[in-house]
Amino acid sequence: MAIETPKRVHSEPVVVNIGPQHPSTHGVFRLKATLDGEIVQDVDMLIGYLHRSMEKLAEERTFTQNIPFTDRIDYLAAMSNNLSYCLAVEKLAGIEVPLRGQWLRVLFAELQRIASHAMANGTFVNDCGAWQTPLMYMFREREKILDLFEMTCGARLTTNYMRIGGVAFDPPLELWPALCSLLDEMPDRLEEYAALTVDNEIVLARSKGVGVVSAEAALNASLSGPLLRGSGVPWDLRKADPYCVYDQLDFDIPVGRDGDCYDRFRVRLEEVRQSVRILNQVVERIPGGPWQAEVPLHLRPAAGEAYARIESPRGELGFYVVSDGGPTPWRFHCRAPSLINLSALKEMTVGRSLADAIVTLGSIDIVVGEIDR
Amino acid sequence: MTVLLDLQVVADQLRGAVPESVPRVDTWAVIVDAGHLVEAVRFLAGSALDLSFLASLTAVDRESHFELVYHLQSLDRNHLLTLKTIAEDHETPCVPSLTGEYRGAHLQEREVFDLMGIRFEGHPDLRRMFLWDGFPGYPLRKDFLGMPGTLSAGLPGFPHESGENRWPVPGSTPVIPQS
Amino acid sequence: MSAWLLAAWYDLRDLSGISREITEWVASWGPEWLASAVSGAIGAIGILAVIGPTLMILIWTERKVIARLQVRYGPNRVGPRGLLQPVADAVKLILKEELVPRAADKWLFFLPPVLVFIPALLVWGVLPFGPHMQVADLNVGVLFLLAVSGTNVLAVFIAGWASNNKYALFGAMRVIAMTISYEIAMVLALLTVVFLTGTMSINGIVLWQQQEDLILIVLLPMTALTFLLGATAELNRTPMDIAEAESEIVAGYHTEYSGMRFGLFYAVELANTLVMSAFMATFFLGGWWLWGLDAWVPSWIILLVKTSLVYFVFIWLRGTLPRLRIDQLMTFCWKLLVPAGLLFVAIAAVERTLLLEYAWDRTIALPVMAVINAAVTVAVIGAYARVTGAGAHRAPAGPRMARGRLGGLRAARQLAQAPSGSD
Repeated sequence: MAIETPKRVHSEPVVVNIGPQHPSTHGVFRLKATLDGEIVQDVDMLIGYLHRSMEKLAEERTFTQNIPFTDRIDYLAAMSNNLSYCLAVEKLAGIEVPLRGQWLRVLFAELQRIASHAMANGTFVNDCGAWQTPLMYMFREREKILDLFEMTCGARLTTNYMRIGGVAFDPPLELWPALCSLLDEMPDRLEEYAALTVDNEIVLARSKGVGVVSAEAALNASLSGPLLRGSGVPWDLRKADPYCVYDQLDFDIPVGRDGDCYDRFRVRLEEVRQSVRILNQVVERIPGGPWQAEVPLHLRPAAGEAYARIESPRGELGFYVVSDGGPTPWRFHCRAPSLINLSALKEMTVGRSLADAIVTLGSIDIVVGEIDR
Repeated sequence: MTVLLDLQVVADQLRGAVPESVPRVDTWAVIVDAGHLVEAVRFLAGSALDLSFLASLTAVDRESHFELVYHLQSLDRNHLLTLKTIAEDHETPCVPSLTGEYRGAHLQEREVFDLMGIRFEGHPDLRRMFLWDGFPGYPLRKDFLGMPGTLSAGLPGFPHESGENRWPVPGSTPVIPQS
Repeated sequence: MSAWLLAAWYDLRDLSGISREITEWVASWGPEWLASAVSGAIGAIGILAVIGPTLMILIWTERKVIARLQVRYGPNRVGPRGLLQPVADAVKLILKEELVPRAADKWLFFLPPVLVFIPALLVWGVLPFGPHMQVADLNVGVLFLLAVSGTNVLAVFIAGWASNNKYALFGAMRVIAMTISYEIAMVLALLTVVFLTGTMSINGIVLWQQQEDLILIVLLPMTALTFLLGATAELNRTPMDIAEAESEIVAGYHTEYSGMRFGLFYAVELANTLVMSAFMATFFLGGWWLWGLDAWVPSWIILLVKTSLVYFVFIWLRGTLPRLRIDQLMTFCWKLLVPAGLLFVAIAAVERTLLLEYAWDRTIALPVMAVINAAVTVAVIGAYARVTGAGAHRAPAGPRMARGRLGGLRAARQLAQAPSGSD
């Protein structure tokens, strides 16, 4: 009796649109995934749902008027964006920021980093499938930081706090005790959070070895921030190209081992610890004096260009501002780390399951406002 | 502290290695010829300069031509170079793509193509990114929606700067023209 | 307690008295089938009357407990302490438009929310609330439970298929794959119980525990664990909620359902969780029996308390753990739960033989067996953890500190080779 060889079962890949509205795309971000069963064969990003043409709008507004735009670029790290843009304009116009202004900038940039990383790590574990609990734990601290922002500049999310030549306000006196009590409880809270997630067997199983990107690939793909450091490259602009007063502060750069999602997660967690360290120093050492330089009301930087970058929570956030000597920038470009960090998305996700792709996307920590601008 | 490379030195080195790229120097950057951009960048990334990290890529509309601005960084040696190239043709500008050298150029070139309309020769997947496929024009160009003589990019000046009211004063009653 | 209270129809401890009185009264004048029908109807009405309000309370409980686990308050606006929140939710869901996707298979699309309800209600019939409080004391009760609760998958698959949505289809496929696997583990777990107790009647299993003065979780910890995890998988609850994995496939098979249809799915999920908690309590925690306390406290209250306990464990799991990937879930089932289940079937068979054929002294034999089973459980789980590389010996190393070594690739290599980079 002849045994008939079974015919190959006909199958074809399925194209699944993850997004634009999807719980794990953290905004309106669309990922077109070609799946073979559960295995991702190809991913393609279709973005622009949140494109607000900021770079064009900024060309129609004065240099100072553009600061609120930068809030909306990366709405989870508004302070950092304010800072980077102001640094660029100061570089362009040759403005010197008074010392207290610089320290205040560091203070709020680091608070913003904690808030942003809290969000990133919380949503990352959420993407691993946790039912909101780690996010809520991280949100406790984030709420307190946002309260500090509110105390200082009246806004929690889109702060619009930095000004060209310094910061808008000196924080009220009530800020300092609130900040100190937050800094005091931060280590305990971080410990608690780490106990919940870091050694969690399921978090490990879901993120260890997932979304690996090697140091070479990370560099070639211009990744920055926790992604680059997670891949083992010790690169942090706060150390490498210190702005404000970071060169006077004592802190360390955490660097991952394998370049997987888990490493990025741990790097972010450790960066929060380092930020707490920086903040403690800031509270101790912040000098008095003016916080805002004398900047001409009608600011017309001389024709020229400047590229200033900072280490934002998501990576190298640069602003490239070109002036033609007029009241508005001739060109306003934002080097958005969220967008460029997606360069390596394909090799991080292809060949693994859909669930892994989601975890990888979560570990990149995208902010769609920054991708699309 | 990141060192900004001495532009003249880099230009001299480039002139020695890739003479056909015709390196020039302005206040901020080394400018190379668009036709030999890839060779120049390959030299910059591979030589002792080690500019192997493309920090940023963007373009500036200079009305008569386009300026492509590349910020190249060496992480190990911690120095930065601003490299520029010129796309002369303002209607259909075209420069070679750097995707072969830097993966990171992939999305940034797509962005520039989308908003500035600069074609990158050799880009594997040059599509519009933020705007939809049928979008008319390239919004970051200075002449986008521009009408001759009426509207121009940017503000002419600050309000109240020269004593005359360029903009309506807040609180003043607007004069409604009678029909 | 006065004798007139005991075994009277109004005895609160055994609500079946009312049913018995009515049935006997019907039987005294009517045909036998009518009496059976009346008896069944009373049971059904009783269960339906209980489940509805219970579900409402459960929704509130689950949200409240989860909220407390997540350092927030939970619903506290509608009604006293937010107790009316589920009512408000239900009203909202009823008032919402029920969308039907244009590409959906219309008729099949209507079916699943109804279909899922049937098994969820049917299984209550074999649950003993007390020594006599059971709608049907089937002598194949365990089989009935497995068969009926297994049909849930069919409805879920219909939902996934009829929606004509890729997420829904993915969810449905995952449900099938997972439920079939975990069903086997669950069957093996129940088989162990059946072997040991020698009965398939669910009330019989409780009676066995009463007779031996022992709850089964002590004797069969691994089996209880398998049942709990199998139930978690069957119920699609975290950490095994891959069927409706929110972060991956939006809502799985009920992505396209809106309004009260979604509400039905949601309610069934809770009802199933409740019934599985009740069965867990019955099989492994002694059901309505609690070392003689059931003579004083109504047995159904004892069962309710035990059920709540198990239910809390389910909520706790949901509030704490992330989700596993489907291949990890399958590995866990096929490489740990099923082999361990088989092992314990064998162990239970041996123990049953020793107890029955060789008539070992139970007061000594049962504690010894409990210790042996616990040891085997620990050994099996430990071995699994060692083989798969999970467990404490794989404590993950944290990030290295750059400590001034800054740079690109070269620095990265140096840092990786640095001997004590972990500090």
